[in-house]
Amino acid sequence: MADIVIDRVVKEFGTFRALQEVSLTVNDGEFVALLGPSGCGKTTLLRIIAGLETQTSGRIVIGGQDVSNLVPRKRGLAMVFQNYAVFPHMTVFENVAFGLRMQKAQQAEVKRKVERAAALLHIESYLDRYPAKLSGGQRQRVAVARALAVEPAVLLMDEPLSNLDALLRLEMRTELKAVLREAGTTTIYVTHDQTEAMGLADRIAVMYGGKIEQIGSPLEIYATPATRFVGGFIGSPPMNFIKVQCSQGTARIGDAALPCPATGKDMELGLRGEDASLSPNGSGIPFDIRVVEPMGSHLLLTGSIDGQPARIVAPPIAKVNPGERVGLTVDPARVTWIDSTTGRAIAQP
Amino acid sequence: MPARTSWIPYALIAPSVAFLAALFLMPLVQTIWLSFSAGDALSLENYRRMAGDLNFSLAVKNTFLLTLVVVPLQVVLALAMATMVTKLDKGRDLVLWVLTIPLGISDLAAGLAWLALLQNTGYLNSALYALGLIEGPTGWLSQETPWSLFFAIVLAELWRATAIVLVILIAGLQLIPKEFSEAAEIFGAKPWTRFTRITLPLLKPSLQSALILRTVLAFEVFAVVYALGGRNFPVLAGEAYVWQNDNQNYGIAAAYAVLIMAISLAATAVYLRVLRTRPEQLP
Repeated sequence: MADIVIDRVVKEFGTFRALQEVSLTVNDGEFVALLGPSGCGKTTLLRIIAGLETQTSGRIVIGGQDVSNLVPRKRGLAMVFQNYAVFPHMTVFENVAFGLRMQKAQQAEVKRKVERAAALLHIESYLDRYPAKLSGGQRQRVAVARALAVEPAVLLMDEPLSNLDALLRLEMRTELKAVLREAGTTTIYVTHDQTEAMGLADRIAVMYGGKIEQIGSPLEIYATPATRFVGGFIGSPPMNFIKVQCSQGTARIGDAALPCPATGKDMELGLRGEDASLSPNGSGIPFDIRVVEPMGSHLLLTGSIDGQPARIVAPPIAKVNPGERVGLTVDPARVTWIDSTTGRAIAQP
Repeated sequence: MPARTSWIPYALIAPSVAFLAALFLMPLVQTIWLSFSAGDALSLENYRRMAGDLNFSLAVKNTFLLTLVVVPLQVVLALAMATMVTKLDKGRDLVLWVLTIPLGISDLAAGLAWLALLQNTGYLNSALYALGLIEGPTGWLSQETPWSLFFAIVLAELWRATAIVLVILIAGLQLIPKEFSEAAEIFGAKPWTRFTRITLPLLKPSLQSALILRTVLAFEVFAVVYALGGRNFPVLAGEAYVWQNDNQNYGIAAAYAVLIMAISLAATAVYLRVLRTRPEQLP
């Protein structure tokens, strides 16, 4: 049992507030990704959970125990670092065994657990090598094996895949998911890569400016962003935001009419590029195409709606040309309405 | 291009090669030759006389004793100081600057400064007298007090030359990414374990450089010893000086010089072997 409760954690560096009252609960065995652009405070939060930084105020509770003032080694967790931090002067075996050795485990137990972790990460064949002789991907595996060998209640990962090339990253991502699912470890995973977060996590906490903007399952975050930032950060292409006039519950763009929440505020229509489809007869929301990019699986159309920039995803065989005006139909259930002033989503009518 | 580049590197290093040959290699060969010659013939006479000298075994013993006490103490002190300095957030540069001031002082001046502190009418005795701990001027640096003289020399050497070890070790510590220590901390290593299992092994190349430099210089120790004890505490370099200047016997002085060189080279070889870092263990 190791759930993690992050309770109103604040971190200040001098006058700079890196974290502003962040609260988050991670359930036992859950995989939560902290996702956000660089400088959003995600790594700071992870280091506070690990005990490598001290929070200015707030509490960290792991498995019911308040660990806020404990040193890292007493928190019962393991961590994978961005640059792996695999010890260069030890063999792969000794690296993986490090945590067990610190726990003064018997040699037979060390051997058994190291071999199991090594088998899980497919590094059995180079246990007697030194890390300098390994590739980046292999070192990454050693770092993960070192963390899993101690069978931690909590696993923290700080951008563990960001130093790998794209193909290897994809491969490791899939493998990591399988391995961690099997281990059932409560995991907090820091990344700036939304595909990693979407692919791996049970829930994603999107962070921005030292705050958690939204927390939810990958689908929730994607389909119903809580703020303009989340909509714009998640998804490729990012969500389009079109300023519209909403009067008496209806927003009109061209000859299209969409039901909108009647709040009387300035608002923006948040529209995902793939949630719009080309209407057969040119009716609907008018979209002026400027650039057509064939991406293989789809066409990426860049242009404008009502003079405002927008990106739309179309089927790969669609017959469209730059300079053309097409009509878009939109499912009202799949759009997001954003309050222009606060940047927050407005509840659907 | 290839034809032109073939001689340019040689031409560029030629001046320094010529400089080294004229001012370093030549005197070295001459010294070695001088030490092995009697008149115009090859001979071990100088070495025989050196080894037969009354002060010789004492000088060997003293030099080794001093090196074996001073160098380990300096490394331990420098390691402690370097670890503390690298942990400082504010005023780090100021502290480092103050700690390295002794490096800017010539060893003779350092010896004289310690003499002013420790001689019969020195500041130490004045202070002890004022506190009523001694009756009058007390000798600490005489032949009758060999241990306090030895202790004084050790103290002066520690004060004078620990900073060079410190500077090398701080440079080395800064090269070690902090993630290694953090990872060790996460996986349960206590501070002392982190120091011995992570920091020290990764600091080995710097330790090796510092030890070579300090040990070679320790075997050449002279000015501080001469200022504090004169010939009351004979050391190898001091004997070479005495034979050269007081006794005007260049051959025996050369033999001492060659002996010091041989000891230094041997010590360096030992360090290179024992503290070797295999290439695959480099970060």
